[in-house]
Amino acid sequence: MSWWKRDKPSVTTSSADNRTVLTEGLWVKCEGCRQVIFRQELEKNLRLCPKCGYHFRIDARARLELLFDGDYEEFDETLTSTDPIGFVDSKPYSARLASMQTATDLRDAIVSARGEINGRTVNICALELKFIGGSMGAVMGEKIARAIDRSLAGKHPLIVVSASGGARMQEGAISLMQMAKISSGLMRLDEAGLPYISILTDPTTGGVTASFAMLGDLNIAEPGALIGFAGPRVIEQTIRQKLPEGFQRSEFLLQHGFLDAVVKRTEMKAMLTQAFEFMCR
Amino acid sequence: MQEENRLRIENLERELAALKASNPQADVARLEGQLQMLDRAQAQTATPWEQVQLARHPKRPHALDYIQRMFTDFIEIHGDRAYGDDAAIVCGMAKLEGAPVMVCGQQKGRDTKQKLIRNFGMPKPEGYRKAIRAMQMSAKFGRPIICLLDTPGAYPGIDAEERGQAEAIAVSLREMARLGVPVVCVVIGEGGSGGALAMGVGNRVYLLENAIYSVISPESCAAIIWRDAAQSEKAAAALKLTADHLERLGIIDGAIPEPPGGAHVDMDAAAELLKAHLIETLAELKGLSPEQLIEERYWKFRRMGSFFTEGASA
Ligand SMILES: [Zn+2]
Repeated sequence: MSWWKRDKPSVTTSSADNRTVLTEGLWVKCEGCRQVIFRQELEKNLRLCPKCGYHFRIDARARLELLFDGDYEEFDETLTSTDPIGFVDSKPYSARLASMQTATDLRDAIVSARGEINGRTVNICALELKFIGGSMGAVMGEKIARAIDRSLAGKHPLIVVSASGGARMQEGAISLMQMAKISSGLMRLDEAGLPYISILTDPTTGGVTASFAMLGDLNIAEPGALIGFAGPRVIEQTIRQKLPEGFQRSEFLLQHGFLDAVVKRTEMKAMLTQAFEFMCR
Repeated sequence: MQEENRLRIENLERELAALKASNPQADVARLEGQLQMLDRAQAQTATPWEQVQLARHPKRPHALDYIQRMFTDFIEIHGDRAYGDDAAIVCGMAKLEGAPVMVCGQQKGRDTKQKLIRNFGMPKPEGYRKAIRAMQMSAKFGRPIICLLDTPGAYPGIDAEERGQAEAIAVSLREMARLGVPVVCVVIGEGGSGGALAMGVGNRVYLLENAIYSVISPESCAAIIWRDAAQSEKAAAALKLTADHLERLGIIDGAIPEPPGGAHVDMDAAAELLKAHLIETLAELKGLSPEQLIEERYWKFRRMGSFFTEGASA
């Protein structure tokens, strides 16, 4: 379920960019059009390729800044995972957590916040792919559960922005159970008639897709995002053939009826604003 | 010791089969006795990896083996009313000691033909949609639901992805949380990740003594971490996928005993033990209102997790 280990490093990390950078990190090669683009221009353009519109990945805090009007309040910032099953791979899970926490300045793969979108108070949870592949463990489960509680208490909409390889196997079955925990919480939000919008970004797979990412009143994806249950490698190994071009991309899911819309990053906030006008009385 | 035991068991099994075939009057009882003793020893001292093998034992009873033995008046219901009927999931109305229940089971096959028909117990989206449809129907008529979990995982294939494997599982999780009737889930063999959990949001969740429940198969885990599926043994230990660990972690309510040597040694006895446990559990849940059942189920899963807050600020 967790494919973070095999993922190539996120294109937003400086080390990954360095592979393709020509001089001093000033230039970046676009994976969409293979053209070399000026980094400054990319950053100015919300990390969309100015030539072809390819959506480079952005991190959780950048996402919040993009969606909220201005300041936002963060919650459960210090909620931290224990090492519930004493998991050791190439290094102990506790050490992996510690090094990730130092590298990202986050305690886990999620930022939970409350702010305003065009004047409307909204809770947003944004997953952080750089933190162990955005994988879902107990902290993610609890932070989303608490965000749901806050939405219920304040009668505010909830948005979860997904970017994840799925459940975090280093937490064993506890990570698996977060799928049930969060989905049960979304049932309560649904019963209360409150809006929940799922935004799916590249990549969203495994247990995250098979729980909250597919349960939005609206499921909205960024263009070209990899979205699926099983990872492409697993499917290829099972059926022993190459997967068709575009398989498990946003546009493929839209065509097969599992997304309400594919929306560019630059138009996402406008889309959300309109949706909430419809949903909130 | 374990490996030795296994070899002896295999040899004895072979010998026994040959003997039965050639001479029905032979000293079968003595060999059978030896086999049972070894089976028992094997189960009691099994390592996590051996536990995985036991949970997948080819002779282990499957959902339908239990259904046939535990219930009367089983009437299977088919199809998701949208695409098709998935044979990897079996649903039906039945009676448990005369009381109507809905039973939904993930079904593996025993011989090659059945394995193919049942897709090796790997459900597709239409299977999960059938199951949740059956469960919602059961809730409508106030009947308890029993789910028997036994799958290597949800099917990872092009067709399953096209028809929304992730969406089917997600909806099943959310809708199970909404059911206003008692839901009892039992992992009878292999609790393979989200594919098993999709039918596992119960008021009570149990494992049969030799069953496993895991976020990922040991093979896949080993392939990811050590880039080597041969390290599965290590992964099986690391994942803490056996009943004792899962109970300690608060994932399951307990283990249901199997007959000596394991459920595969005596299917009838295994079914008797499970049946008694189900009757007892349903009796416990009987007094709860629909609202209480939903609330209780929510908090059961809400409490699952292990975390702390740094500092004293929050
Ligand atoms: Zn480009």
